[in-house]
Amino acid sequence: MKVLVPVKRVVDYNVKIRVKSDQSGVETANVKMSMNPFDEIANEQAIRLKEKGTATEIVAVSLGEQKCQETLRTALAMGADRAIHVVTDAELQPLAVAKCLKAIAVREEPGLILLGKQAIDDDSNQTGQMLAALLGWAQATFVSKLEIADGKATCGREVDEGIETIEVTLPAIITVDLRLNEPRYASLPNIMKAKKKQIDSLTPEELGVDVAPRLVYTHFEEPPKRQAGVRVESVDELVGKLKSEAGVI
Amino acid sequence: MDFGLTDEQRLIVETTRAFVENELYPHEAEVERTGVLRRELVEEVKAKAIRAGLYAANMPEAVGGAGLDTLTWLLYEKELGRANYALHWTCVARPSNILLAGTPEQRERYLYPCVRGEKWDCLAMTEPGAGSDLRGMKATARRDGADWVLNGTKHFISHADIADFAVTFMASGEEPGPRAPRKLITAFFVDKGTPGFTVRPGYGNVSHRGYTNAILEFDDCRLPAEAVLGEVHRGFEVANNWLGATRLQVGATCLGRAERAFAHALDWASTREQFGQKIGRFQGISFKLADMAVEMKAAELMIFEAGWAYDRGTATDAQMAMAKLKATEMLAMVADEAIQIHGGMGLMDELPLERIWRDARVERIWEGTSEIQRHIISRALLRPLGA
Repeated sequence: MKVLVPVKRVVDYNVKIRVKSDQSGVETANVKMSMNPFDEIANEQAIRLKEKGTATEIVAVSLGEQKCQETLRTALAMGADRAIHVVTDAELQPLAVAKCLKAIAVREEPGLILLGKQAIDDDSNQTGQMLAALLGWAQATFVSKLEIADGKATCGREVDEGIETIEVTLPAIITVDLRLNEPRYASLPNIMKAKKKQIDSLTPEELGVDVAPRLVYTHFEEPPKRQAGVRVESVDELVGKLKSEAGVI
Repeated sequence: MDFGLTDEQRLIVETTRAFVENELYPHEAEVERTGVLRRELVEEVKAKAIRAGLYAANMPEAVGGAGLDTLTWLLYEKELGRANYALHWTCVARPSNILLAGTPEQRERYLYPCVRGEKWDCLAMTEPGAGSDLRGMKATARRDGADWVLNGTKHFISHADIADFAVTFMASGEEPGPRAPRKLITAFFVDKGTPGFTVRPGYGNVSHRGYTNAILEFDDCRLPAEAVLGEVHRGFEVANNWLGATRLQVGATCLGRAERAFAHALDWASTREQFGQKIGRFQGISFKLADMAVEMKAAELMIFEAGWAYDRGTATDAQMAMAKLKATEMLAMVADEAIQIHGGMGLMDELPLERIWRDARVERIWEGTSEIQRHIISRALLRPLGA
């Protein structure tokens, strides 16, 4: 079974996010970029499936500027077999990404598409679901436990009530959650081997996809700074402040 | 010239940095507080380092290492250098390149087990009476039939307590020199447990908590001829041929530690407020940051340029001396200023700064003092002019 693993290049989770001075977006110049941590978990799961013999080939996919190749190299160094880079400098929104991934899925015919439940930059949490709808495949989202056997995937999903277990028929889209696994380090020998692995470049036009944004961002701003708290002397004073100042009772 | 990193170099830096931050940093407080690196902890972290291919990565691929070129190896050393020295040296060991000088039998016995993480090596040169002046060593090896008999004392021998064997340099004879007779040196493999070989605990010291030094005593310690590393009386040549870039290694670890101290200083200067504004707004603080950044950049360029030259076979002794001198003195300055920017908080063990400041001190002394480096540099300048 071939597994497709879309990976997104995002601002590293350790970086303190700053809004650009003109409020047009988040500052990414001279900022450390990394693979979206949830996509890293998806890639790790694909590698484990391959190690178990369930998967036969792992194809990592990334969309965006030239530098996305760095993210793909990381995926290859972790253990993906080859990579596809959809090169574009356009702003990419979830629907455009889902359409490109659909076009790649049609070409590659994977048995499974494993991706992060969301990217930590815009937190859209839409790409997996849209891709499932476009392909007409089953989907399991927020998966933190995964077993694959006999053409079916048994998925433990993290929901408010606890873990919900569902079964989906392959091919399917599975979006992964934090607790599914702990991704490995790209080991030094594998980093060296990744050098020889292939990255194919495509454009959205070659895939026949119009990636023009459908949504318009008006502006970005930093969250308001948290005000310092006050110490109250009595319960009466607390209740008074909750009524008069906080307005919550 | 190309100053960019290749994809492989970037990934190696990323893996090493992530390993250092996730697997080493969490144990630093324990090692710093107790001064002891627990063996169970070492085994646990070492296993992870082996899985990540970081263990003994300095070694050539042919003997089980990662086969890094010098520049890439120094990038890796820089990242490891961020952490407590005992942790990174012991859990992510880099066996001495001198082990590559051994015969096939010696490689089986010493090199491969070190690369696999089954044994640790240590190097014994320094003596109470022979520091920078190594030729002044008094410990001797004399022939007795086919055997060698070793006598004398070595001290400041790093991590000899955990090492399974010591590559030991002994005065084995004399040859005529220009002014006075010169000692001839021979290198030996000495296994722990060899009769007449004792390892005693060394001294408590200011730098690198958890990383021990030991005193080695040889009292009629008898070794077979097979214990000789390299050629008899050619110990210095063995050391010079195989230990070439250790000064760059020291310098590279200083770069990582300085970066870590600097990141704290920058963060503090941009968040700490006094007199109604961020302290980074005061020129007294901001100019310190600028000077630190310049020193770091200069040291980094010198270390990596020397590493690049080393790979091309053009690195000179003076070039490596300059790089080591600059990087170690830069770390002293950056660590000191990072504390100054923090004020009292910089001295508290909540932050790694007091440790980096303590650890910085040894770097200007070991692997050749700053004065020896200056001597090497100045001789390279003056010798061609006959001065």
